[in-house]
Amino acid sequence: MATIQAIPISRSFLEGAVVKRFLSHRLATFGLATILLLTLACIVGPWLLPFTDVYIDMMQRFAAPFSGWHVLGTDAMGRDTLARLLMAGRISLSIGFSAMVVSMIIGLCVGLIAGFYGGILGTVLMRFVDAMLCFPSIFLLLAISALISPSVPAIVLLIAMTSWMEVARVVEAQTRSLKTREFTLAAQSYGAGGFRLMLREILPNAVAPIVVAATLNVANAILAESYISFLGFGIQPPTPSWGNMLNSAQTYLTSAPWLAIVPGLAITLAVTSFNFLGDGLRDALDPRADQP
Amino acid sequence: MATFLLRRFAQAALLLVIVSMIGFAILHLAPGGPLSQYAVDGNMTQADLDRLAEQLGLNRPLPIQYAEWFFRMLQGDWGLSYRDQQPVLHIILSHLGATLELMLTATVLAMILGVWVGTLGAVRRYSLFDSLATIGAMVALSIPTFWFGLVIIYVFSVGLDWLPSGNRYTIGDGSFLNRIHHLIGPSLVLALVSTAVWSRYMRSSMLDVINQDYIRTARAKGVSERNILFRHAMRNALLPMITIAGVQIPTLLSGALVTETVFTWPGMGRLFLDSISYRDYPVVMGILMFSAVLVLLGSLLADILYSVADPRISRQG
Repeated sequence: MATIQAIPISRSFLEGAVVKRFLSHRLATFGLATILLLTLACIVGPWLLPFTDVYIDMMQRFAAPFSGWHVLGTDAMGRDTLARLLMAGRISLSIGFSAMVVSMIIGLCVGLIAGFYGGILGTVLMRFVDAMLCFPSIFLLLAISALISPSVPAIVLLIAMTSWMEVARVVEAQTRSLKTREFTLAAQSYGAGGFRLMLREILPNAVAPIVVAATLNVANAILAESYISFLGFGIQPPTPSWGNMLNSAQTYLTSAPWLAIVPGLAITLAVTSFNFLGDGLRDALDPRADQP
Repeated sequence: MATFLLRRFAQAALLLVIVSMIGFAILHLAPGGPLSQYAVDGNMTQADLDRLAEQLGLNRPLPIQYAEWFFRMLQGDWGLSYRDQQPVLHIILSHLGATLELMLTATVLAMILGVWVGTLGAVRRYSLFDSLATIGAMVALSIPTFWFGLVIIYVFSVGLDWLPSGNRYTIGDGSFLNRIHHLIGPSLVLALVSTAVWSRYMRSSMLDVINQDYIRTARAKGVSERNILFRHAMRNALLPMITIAGVQIPTLLSGALVTETVFTWPGMGRLFLDSISYRDYPVVMGILMFSAVLVLLGSLLADILYSVADPRISRQG
């Protein structure tokens, strides 16, 4: 991926072109629409259903989908799958967003500082990034999850702690190339200090790859949550999450397959949408970058 | 070449030190530190714990403890499991075979499929096949591995009864065919993500190559399209894939952990999960370090192989 010389174009023209390119990317539009719909359903849906996610009805265990009022059937305790799916969506999507925000903050700080100051500090920080990337993510997630009590904020921090490294790498590379550009040097010659240069000159010009990385980070955070919750170290019952809904699904795979199929489809749909969105944003914001 | 190798080894050694520091920090961040398992055990009073800490040298300054732990690790002394007092390295190595078997099969599957899909996508750029492959790869990257495993079990084991739903072989029948039969499901599941990655990189690498001058020259000489593709283009397009194979190791290891859990495959991933449930910290730490070392070795090997295979690459490290 080559660094691209900015062409001086008026801002409104540029933004129009970006929006146009994004909308012409059908999959990205589909992704954005799906994310909005999913979010809306998870926010509003639970109020419209006749069941809550924790209402236990032992007379209605393992009701098949479309039987009576249980559109997506019920689980081993007779709880409505749709109600649980939507409440779980609230948890899983919020974890995805929050973990992204925290990981972006860590990644931005490390990347900016390492790229801007360079030298020994930069080398130490980036070697630390390299070392963290040596650990397979799930191994690291599980090893630390065994040390903490699994609450929602703890899971968010945990996922963020294991997913900020790629962002740091992207930001570091951008910062290193932007700090020698004319506008940065000009601001420096006016007497702008390090903080001002980083936040006002470098960061705004590195926004495109950061936005793309943030979008893909949401996708990865949702996946990470589902992995650790599925394995039993994430969000604990009775709080539902898309991952822990699948936790016991393998036991009932023969008798109640919808318990496994429904939450898995929700995860796949959400993660695919964020990945399509990120892909479309990359094409829209940087049309010349040839990514695989 | 010698300087390149030396440099690359030095970098890897430095990374190993940092990796070990992170590992040591995690072990000592555990509530109760390395003694956490005994701390929750009602049989031990604080006085007992203190005495044990003294005996194990846990009351000494952290840097000294770290140095000792690190040098012991280099010598292969990775401590004893809390569960059965076996040496950690021995336990890990005894589970490594099953994981490697799974990972290698999945890698070969993913290479064949990915190279095929990627090459076809590049040759017929923007065709229906190419579009479907692009979408397919994105979806494949988004499917949770464990869920794909459940779907495979539901369709091929529960529904069609073609594949066994778990384990490495039927007890009492360790024949080659039986093992292959058990390997199909989990290796397909593990290969999914890698196939997607391989096909994307192969497509872009192939697109780079087929626009090169030497391909045009070959075409001008009158070489058949088939020969251009297989003898000229593919050979060059495959070179960067060496690096991809190296970078794939962390993803493969993570995937193997989940796949092994779903298919009750007796490998390192399952061992890791069991050890976490038992709070068997020496084994957890051992596997964490072991997998990081595998990743380091993988990328080191890929770099060296790539520079040997492609003389155009500058060896400035």
